[in-house]
Amino acid sequence: MLIQELVEADGVSGHEGAVREVLIKAIEGCADEYRVDALGNLIVVKRGHGGGTGPKSVMVSAHMDEVGLMVTYVERDGTIRFSPVGGIDSRVVLAKRVRIGDERIPGVIGVKPIHLLEQAERGRVLRFDQMGIDTGMAPDEVARRVTPGTYVAFDTAFQALDEGGLRTVKGKAFDDRAGCAVLVELLKDRYAFDLYAAFTVQEEVGLRGARVAAYTVAPEVAFALEGTVCDDSPKEKDVSPTTRLGAGPALTIMDRSVVCDRRLVRLIVKEAEAAGIPYQFKQPGIGGTDAGAIHIQKEGIPSAVVAVPCRYIHSPVSVMSLNDFDHAVRLMRGALHRLEGGLEA
Amino acid sequence: MQVAEFLKRISEASGVSGAESEVAGIVAETFGGLATRVQTDALGNVIAFKEGEGLPSGEHPRIMLAGHMDEIGLMVTKVDGAFLRFTTVGGFDVRTLLGQEVTVHGRRRLPGVIGCRPPHVLSGGENDEVVPIDQLFIDVGIAAGTLAELVEVGDVVTIRRDAVDLGRGHVAGKGLDDRASVAAIALCLELLGRRHHSWDVYAVATTQEEVGLRGATTSAYGVAPQAAIALDVTFGNQPGVPEGQTLAMGGGPCIGLGANFHPALHERLVATAKQHEIPYQIDPTPGRSGTDAWAIQVTREGVPTALVSIPLRYMHTPVETVDTHDIERAGRLLAAFIAELDDAFARALSVQVKKLGAQGGQPC
Repeated sequence: MLIQELVEADGVSGHEGAVREVLIKAIEGCADEYRVDALGNLIVVKRGHGGGTGPKSVMVSAHMDEVGLMVTYVERDGTIRFSPVGGIDSRVVLAKRVRIGDERIPGVIGVKPIHLLEQAERGRVLRFDQMGIDTGMAPDEVARRVTPGTYVAFDTAFQALDEGGLRTVKGKAFDDRAGCAVLVELLKDRYAFDLYAAFTVQEEVGLRGARVAAYTVAPEVAFALEGTVCDDSPKEKDVSPTTRLGAGPALTIMDRSVVCDRRLVRLIVKEAEAAGIPYQFKQPGIGGTDAGAIHIQKEGIPSAVVAVPCRYIHSPVSVMSLNDFDHAVRLMRGALHRLEGGLEA
Repeated sequence: MQVAEFLKRISEASGVSGAESEVAGIVAETFGGLATRVQTDALGNVIAFKEGEGLPSGEHPRIMLAGHMDEIGLMVTKVDGAFLRFTTVGGFDVRTLLGQEVTVHGRRRLPGVIGCRPPHVLSGGENDEVVPIDQLFIDVGIAAGTLAELVEVGDVVTIRRDAVDLGRGHVAGKGLDDRASVAAIALCLELLGRRHHSWDVYAVATTQEEVGLRGATTSAYGVAPQAAIALDVTFGNQPGVPEGQTLAMGGGPCIGLGANFHPALHERLVATAKQHEIPYQIDPTPGRSGTDAWAIQVTREGVPTALVSIPLRYMHTPVETVDTHDIERAGRLLAAFIAELDDAFARALSVQVKKLGAQGGQPC
């Protein structure tokens, strides 16, 4: 399964090469050309057949990068100090396994045994600068093989949790390899317009890849595909779950980075209803995506966001439903064909 | 014996305190192949008996080795819609549970994760607070109705983490407290297979250590040994913990010294290590050792007891780390110690009753 191959590759923001290689293999035979730009974006072009009265060029983006860690310093005893890359809650990395650099050296983020903790320490959250990675290697070997700037990814396996029913799977980096996998599926179809599939870099550190990709492509319409927040776990206060697992792809009305183009949102909803595909609106105001950078390029690009709900994103292990994934593929494919007839005002 | 391979195999097996049957099966099979016979008692302790050649008098003194095979874990307290609430079995640092993978032992084995809310939805300052256990939950990715048919309150949950080789012979994984010792005992039995020994050996993989040394209590009563050595793990040196509280990783097995341990056994262990050039460390233990040795020492009329520990980092987390060299050395130390147990040592440990002549029973 492509999604498995994608999440088992490591691509922390700024070091997305391994993910890009998987994608280049996956799109072979279903596109006309591709290029890798100065930042590392993979931009794939699928020429249109020219019919229709709608836009002539459409860009659909999904980001290849994931949150992770970077080595900042190697202590004299071989302990590796690190900083987060992208938004990570320091509470989720304690006592986890990681893999370091392209060699994928295994390491653990150790923690003081509970037996030696004072009562007050048990209630204290550790900061990143108070943690270290232990590789078991001798200090001189660590110093030789792990230099400051080396990227570190969570060591999490992909696996099906529920084979039937919800068809849930777990793994790291569904944000946004889920979007990448949807985008590859979209490339297998042909549209009236030229489809630019932009697999972007550096979303997690400021939407930087999408910005230059949109500038280059300068499409008439754009979509961003995401693996988005799904906070439907139980909690004491009644707050919105942002999205619900298994309830269909999530459409963004507005988040911190973009107010989506109403016409595009309506078009997607129409497609969902016509095709009987479940969908949901993401709780407004949460998070931001590449669409935030895309829609303000040049003179402005109408943009929308379609996302697969993913629980526990930005942690070592997230969960999504392959039903939502399949529905996102169907919905986006249908919406793109609907767009061939143009946008209604 | 490939110590690292055996250690990883038993590390990955399940065996939360009181539910040790899976790991016990592997241990019984392995010990069974290295001993005269193996049995399991009412609390689930795996007891391997390896017959010695006996003393010149025909007596067969018994030495007991004990290492616990149970691990800390979790237990379901409530099926909460599509999620599970849980409590801990044994001492967890709740901070290490967030974002951890688990196996729920329901009607079938369900892989799951302890979920965490993403940073996007946390309000300011929320990520400065430890998430208390009553706000944690397990997600097995199964819808509410189906889940209720698969999981019941009281089902055991194990931490799910495969073991991995790190550098320099270190291995990281769950349950190495105290399966590192179980591996050392297996190695000891293997080495004894090639040596003469006069004492009988009872090698015990104990249960329920983490909830109160219970397996050691009943197995020591059953074996009624003349001497016992408990094996456990101790704090290995790690960043953030003062040196005085830890022992060196790779520095060799640690021999306990304190009220819990019989001085003659301690001295003999040190002498054996020196004679065989096995690196060792002294682990000063002022009072309660918190190990099976604490229970064994006060069994029946009292048992001369010692403690050999293996340094381990990150105790009670899914990334516990040991140096396999220390396990190998502990196994060699035990085998050398047992092979040299003789008549004189049996007499030195035995309780001496002094007769006081004809006035016996008369007040002085």
